Amino acid sequence: MSNEALHGHSEVVTTHDVHHDEHHVHHHKETFITKYVFSQDHKMIAKQFLITGMVWAILGGLMSVLFRLQLGYPDQTFPWLEDILGRWAKGGKISAENYYALVTMHGTVLVFFVLTGGLSGTFANFLIPLQIGARDMASPFMNMLSYWFFFGGSIVMLSSLFIQTGPFSGGWTAYPPLSALGDASPGSKTGMDLWITAMALFVVSSLLGGLNYISTVLNMRTKGMSMTRMPLTMWALFFTAVLGVLSFPVLLSGFILLLFDRHGGTSFYLSDIYITATKQALPNEGGSAILFQHLFWFLGHPEVYIILLPAMGMASEIISINARKPIFGYMAMVGSIFAITILAFLVWAHHMFVTGLNPFLGSVFVLLTLLIAVPSAIKVFNWLTTIWKANIRFTPGMMFALGFVSLFISGGLTGIFLGNSTLDIHLHDTYFVIAHFHIVMGVSAFFGMFAGIYHWFPKMYGRFMNNTMAYIHFWVTLAGAYLIFWPMHYEGLAGMPRRYLDYSGWESFKHFADLNKFISTVAMIVFAIQLMFVFNFFYSIFKGRKVTTTNPWGATTLEWTTPIRPGHGNWPGEIPEVHRWAYDYSKDGRDFIPQTEPIGPNESHH
Amino acid sequence: MNIVSSRQQKIHPHKFTLWIAIGSIIMMFAGLTSAYIVKGEQPGWTSVVVPKLFYYSTGVMLLSSLTIQMALKSFKERGMQQYRTLLTVTAVLGLLFIAMQIIGFYQLFNSGVKLEGGSGAGQFLYIIFGLHALHVLGGAIALLIMFFKAFSAKIRNYNSVPVEVIATYWHFVDLLWIYLFVFFLWKV
Repeated sequence: MSNEALHGHSEVVTTHDVHHDEHHVHHHKETFITKYVFSQDHKMIAKQFLITGMVWAILGGLMSVLFRLQLGYPDQTFPWLEDILGRWAKGGKISAENYYALVTMHGTVLVFFVLTGGLSGTFANFLIPLQIGARDMASPFMNMLSYWFFFGGSIVMLSSLFIQTGPFSGGWTAYPPLSALGDASPGSKTGMDLWITAMALFVVSSLLGGLNYISTVLNMRTKGMSMTRMPLTMWALFFTAVLGVLSFPVLLSGFILLLFDRHGGTSFYLSDIYITATKQALPNEGGSAILFQHLFWFLGHPEVYIILLPAMGMASEIISINARKPIFGYMAMVGSIFAITILAFLVWAHHMFVTGLNPFLGSVFVLLTLLIAVPSAIKVFNWLTTIWKANIRFTPGMMFALGFVSLFISGGLTGIFLGNSTLDIHLHDTYFVIAHFHIVMGVSAFFGMFAGIYHWFPKMYGRFMNNTMAYIHFWVTLAGAYLIFWPMHYEGLAGMPRRYLDYSGWESFKHFADLNKFISTVAMIVFAIQLMFVFNFFYSIFKGRKVTTTNPWGATTLEWTTPIRPGHGNWPGEIPEVHRWAYDYSKDGRDFIPQTEPIGPNESHH
Repeated sequence: MNIVSSRQQKIHPHKFTLWIAIGSIIMMFAGLTSAYIVKGEQPGWTSVVVPKLFYYSTGVMLLSSLTIQMALKSFKERGMQQYRTLLTVTAVLGLLFIAMQIIGFYQLFNSGVKLEGGSGAGQFLYIIFGLHALHVLGGAIALLIMFFKAFSAKIRNYNSVPVEVIATYWHFVDLLWIYLFVFFLWKV
């Protein structure tokens, strides 16, 4: 279906643009530097986050293609690999160190730099002021700093790929002693120092951003925009920021202790270690590697929701708009986001069931973990009831939002398996875990991100993305995601461990050789299609079909009351006042009623 | 266009942002002190004697909290001369506090509490007190910026928000210090 058909709904909104030309149009001069580089406009900062995140996504995705090549074709050599990786792939075969470095960097890059920085950095920045009716963030300067700390962290992380001993290779969770001892592996030397530096910069960026998001949502809402009139995107991004602000500092303190173990000779995480490489016993005593795991997963679990909540919020909004129906159970949606936020802080030890955790404590964490299924199920049923009997418009954004719901269901169900400490004894560190978290937070968060990009691209750049390419992108990615990760469940149930270089030497995993080949092939196809998306994105910025009305999707929210290409300050005149919630679709015989329209005398209550 | 003051606010966004930042800093020190509690119960733990000097630095910190509050009061009453003096006194007390912390570290170090080697309270003390001193240093730098702003003749500033923000932050690092100090006295 083309977007043309949607334009009929937009007359209502254009009335807002009429009465303000006389006011200020923004007086201070903008140079190239202040407009595109050191911009303090939240919309430009959002685009900077998005494009930096996209660069990282391509790099992180490419890493996964490289190590999938090894996993799918362990007996073959690829001479071109030596051309691009040099001595890391001597004879066209990825070395063991490089394999671990690739796996580690793939995880770090995608979890932090793409799905945290790139996702909530982009959409929190872009949507918060526009949807609550604010000129900009509470502190535009801090917001700019947030991006530049992110950029600095990115540069440091990127530079670690090019040093002689290679990037950190001890897994994205950076467990000591691999992360604490330079002698443990080549990647644990300078690569790890750069990793910690980059992550520290990243944490600072997240905190600066998060502080801003929270204080903007709570303090800068326009007149009439009570908390319960906010679109669900705002609630989701708000709680995402709360999670980040409360959990990232704990990770930072964990990193500070790690840094002292590396360079200060302290024993926070190290105890009774003999290194075979240097034939030396270390003086460290009394340290505990489990302590790092506690500090890490106290962030690490909320991090999962930092990644997922923005996708949930955007999917709610996009599904409601394109189903032309109010979101089902608005307050239940808000309540479930809140419940997820609270529970996110109380379940971290489920990552540590097999570390020798007290079984009684383990059972408490099992209970709390399984409780998350309740708010998650509330959200899923509300999405399904929202599209129930709806006259759905299958725009690319809607397709990806529906894809998100599908992936969230299938990935979430396997979480119930893993949340049981008894089952986890068998499933821990197998491909079942890989399959679970890639579907539930990796691919599904990506789908939320794609949905957001396709949906808000007209607001970002004043043009549409190409629909044909978008639909190809959607179907290949959805089918590909299931084809890649579904078989991994079987491998995991059969006990196939993660992070091994070569499975062909194991009798028990030999029969998966063809399956691994299949997975690797699909992974390459899916990666290629993502490049098509990137092409579509940049092509459409310059050549896409122009947006001709302010409200192309017929949405109720405030961002569509701004001009097609809003300047710094968003609204040329007064900020509009809000009179109703964000989900008056198909009400009283009208297709939609914008939030800015006062409640009529004969209007029914929602 | 003044983006911030576009609407009547109940609480200024900058002040509110500070409160969230304080929550964030609390989480960081909560992480460190709970790590301390967890580790303290494990075998091989060694404790330390907290130097007497830290009692005096506590006094300095409390005194500086008093002076920053008086500075805020005189700013609001437009007693600019007094405001500048009190600001200077607070910054000096802050730097004095940091200097005393460093001397305290030397005393500890000379009494044989080293960073290297087996785990113990000393390693945590250096890092936790050190991180706190860094937060005080950040506040002192902000005070110095305020100090130079107060002497610039061109700008007449009647906006008390920056002064209130820095005063709140200063009281926070003061309270944080008291928490950390009592924590160490109690747990060691």
